[in-house]
Amino acid sequence: MHLDAKPPSGPLDKKWEKHQLEMKLVNPANKRRFDVIVVGSGLAGASAAATLAELGYHVKCFCFQDSPRRAHSIAAQGGINAAKNYQNDGDSVRRLFYDTIKGGDFRGREANTYRLAQLSVNIIDQCVAQGVPFAREYGGLLTNRSFGGAQVSRTFYARGQTGQQLLIGAYQALSRQIGAGTVEMHPRTEMLELVLVDGQAKGIVVRNLVTGEVSSHAADAVVLATGGYSNVFYLSTNARGCNVTATHRAYKKGAAFANPCYTQIHPTCIPVSGDHQSKLTLMSESLRNDGRVWVPKKKGDKRAPDQIPEADRDYFLERKYPSFGNLAPRDISSRAAKEACDEGRGVGPTGLGVYLDFADAIQRLGEGTIRERYGNLFDMYETITGESAYQQPMRIFPALHYTMGGLWVDYNLMSNIPGLFVVGEANFSDHGANRLGASALMQGLADGYFILPYTIGNYFASTKPQKPSVSHPEFKKSEENVRNQTKRLLSIKGKRTATSFHRELGKLLWDKCGMARDEAGLKQALKRIPELREEFWQNLTVPGDSGEFNQSLEYAGRVADYMEFGELLCTDALTRRESCGGHFRTEFQTEDGEALRDDEAFSFVSAWEFKGVDQAPVLHKEPLVYEEVKMTQRSYK
Amino acid sequence: MNLTLKVWRQKSANSPGRFQDHTARNVMPDMSFLEMLDVVNEELAERGEEPIAFDSDCREGICGACSLVINGIPHGGNAGTATCQLHMRHFHDGQTITIEPWRARAFPPVKDLVVDRSAFDRIIQSGGFVSVNTGGTPDANALPIPKVDQELAMDAAACIGCGACVAACKNASAMLFVAAKVQHLALLPQGKVEANRRVLSMVEAMDAEGFGACSVTGSCEAVCPKQISLDFISRMNRDYLKA
Ligand SMILES: Cc1cc2nc3c(=O)[nH]c(=O)nc-3n(C[C@H](O)[C@H](O)[C@H](O)COP(=O)(O)OP(=O)(O)OC[C@H]3O[C@@H](n4cnc5c(N)ncnc54)[C@H](O)[C@@H]3O)c2cc1C
Ligand code: SF4
Ligand code: FES
Repeated sequence: MHLDAKPPSGPLDKKWEKHQLEMKLVNPANKRRFDVIVVGSGLAGASAAATLAELGYHVKCFCFQDSPRRAHSIAAQGGINAAKNYQNDGDSVRRLFYDTIKGGDFRGREANTYRLAQLSVNIIDQCVAQGVPFAREYGGLLTNRSFGGAQVSRTFYARGQTGQQLLIGAYQALSRQIGAGTVEMHPRTEMLELVLVDGQAKGIVVRNLVTGEVSSHAADAVVLATGGYSNVFYLSTNARGCNVTATHRAYKKGAAFANPCYTQIHPTCIPVSGDHQSKLTLMSESLRNDGRVWVPKKKGDKRAPDQIPEADRDYFLERKYPSFGNLAPRDISSRAAKEACDEGRGVGPTGLGVYLDFADAIQRLGEGTIRERYGNLFDMYETITGESAYQQPMRIFPALHYTMGGLWVDYNLMSNIPGLFVVGEANFSDHGANRLGASALMQGLADGYFILPYTIGNYFASTKPQKPSVSHPEFKKSEENVRNQTKRLLSIKGKRTATSFHRELGKLLWDKCGMARDEAGLKQALKRIPELREEFWQNLTVPGDSGEFNQSLEYAGRVADYMEFGELLCTDALTRRESCGGHFRTEFQTEDGEALRDDEAFSFVSAWEFKGVDQAPVLHKEPLVYEEVKMTQRSYK
Repeated sequence: MNLTLKVWRQKSANSPGRFQDHTARNVMPDMSFLEMLDVVNEELAERGEEPIAFDSDCREGICGACSLVINGIPHGGNAGTATCQLHMRHFHDGQTITIEPWRARAFPPVKDLVVDRSAFDRIIQSGGFVSVNTGGTPDANALPIPKVDQELAMDAAACIGCGACVAACKNASAMLFVAAKVQHLALLPQGKVEANRRVLSMVEAMDAEGFGACSVTGSCEAVCPKQISLDFISRMNRDYLKA
């Protein structure tokens, strides 16, 4: 496998411009002869599909929800970053770029990240033109907030519903094209195979989730915009339907999977309340702007929070990180909370929680201001827990939230398989080992609106339109794979449900490959996962039939993929013998308990090649070369 | 607590449906309504029986997928929340709960509690957008927008497209959904340009999908998880007459 990232030469700030000039163009009249398949209708997929259709390509778009508007992107709350410097507080493209590279613990690709920061500016213009109602000042201009540890205010937001508003903007642009007949939309349709013809991505095999019908779709290129894989951990802040199937199955067809062990834990989620828990709810990080995080100083202090005097409280983030305090980055805050709970100082019925306290802020600013800033979040908290955060501190605990890893792509967002492009959270992208708050929306939209539609043209300009027929043997073979797997899942007729397997796998991964990892634990997980997988294939029960709407069957197929993917995740975590960003190996930490990178040995992207289900995958390395940035040890003291 | 559920079961669009009794045991007050159904479904699956099909995804009241009529009320009757945000602490031991799908001519059944709401997508496709292509847009701050207009547009834009308004309406009218989109865009200068065309084509598409007429009873507003205001309907009616 050959990995060529293809970053353009020249100074960082000129690379994209230069590349745009050098890329070949497709003649406008020729564009409609090219068919593009876009799998996914979240921010990345919807923006890509709409833009490709505007440019004149013929697009087919797929999603598993009943409407493209319901993609998981809809749930993003906090906001989207852009280097507009509207607040005149010293922000710039270079600063956003540097923050992103540094936040990613120097494990991202310099050229991509710089381009992301450059394009952030265009995204806001685009969204405003579409009618996205971003928050404004009385003077009518856009307002910003500082978010997730940034020292400038560069985050644009629409109340606590930024993802919803951005997605509706992209969905509307997509709907316009569907109405015009340039995009053919296939909702409630799941991609189950990527089809390669002569080594090039030429189509997909899908299952219609309503009728169960399996069919093939051919195209000149395939774009995966299928989101992240947090749900391999069973409990996460992601929507229930998010899964790894599309990217995992592409991996099994030869696409390299990069940095799977870079997973992000979010510090402010509502703690688990019991075994029935189906997902975890994120409380926006913006709460940390005014809330103070604490636990009792003494172990096992069971007093109600208002009975614990100041002297008996440990505001551990403020204590450990005096300059960033409650705004310390996500991984640092999460680990600090875990440590407090490991020490027996956790709060709430399960002991897995810490307080996020607004009492001081309410005293300082008044309840009205707090209500104005966070009213909807406080309401949400009360709906779920039955407790009012105006009267008592919230309880929060970290949860799996985002995955920086994903399919490997080059500067053009093309995977190592020609014709297979990957955008949004599904690619391994621009965030290195850790993503900054409000940067995922930015990346999804930069990929979909401003990068892929042009780089795909360059690919087409250097190939001829040659969409194979769906009766090509490769399509037939892939259809057979899908039918066989379905048959296999339905015929086991064992005793355990897919949920029970998923829950067990998720718990194993959370314990051994979650917030903190070590060699012994990872090895245990790597021993246990294949056993669990074997049991899955022997003792699974899936009710119902294949030729109908069958949610149990859909889900079982996704869990089957987690059973393989979990192993890749742990393998990557075991191989990366350093700590960086969201990947924390307890063996590799500084005296203060900070992540300790090993730049000599590990400044590379790990790209894994599939070799068979029970075979070890092969590691390929893309060295990370920093032309302009100097690597430093991250410090948030 | 233990509960009796009377659940609408329907194998497919073309087969007849009926209510079937299910028992939910050991329900805890902290569970969400959908988690309660998950537990019932696990038991069914373990017994080799078909679980109850229902739509959900985000489980935090924003994607608009969940869509249950609970004891006759879409989303279950708690103000400003979707089905997935309803928790079991609002029920009591021994209670009988009826659970039905959205019922409307324009939302044909798929299975059990799942219906087809693609009519909403087609209404948006008919004109629920601003006709701008990617790129070449002016600087985001080139055009100041009064905060009150932006806030009001945001109130309308908060619609999650769930369809509860239709399910609650005795005429199965989609007016609240359509008005929310029309007003979200008409209130902003970017959307004003093609406001006339938009309202005409969206209303036409709504009628063509078979949604009923609006008689302003307000049952839609009462069940809307985003508390979209009826005022948007009167605003839209004015815009429609002008156009
Ligand atoms: C609760 C929450 C809050 C967040 N808040 C923020 C925030 O404030 N700021 C920020 O920048 N980021 C935030 N994020 C992260 C951000 O929302 C996501 O990373 C981003 O939206 C992902 O977009 P996407 O387009 O890549 O994928 P998604 O939105 O996940 O879309 C995936 C699409 O792929 C489709 N799909 C997947 N698999 C298949 C298949 N096999 N066949 C067919 N279709 C398939 C789905 O139907 C869907 O349409 C948040 C995330 C969460 C969970
Ligand atoms: S107006 Fe309210 S009830 Fe109707 S679709 Fe929108 S959010 Fe749902
Ligand atoms: S599941 Fe998304 S709104 Fe209820």
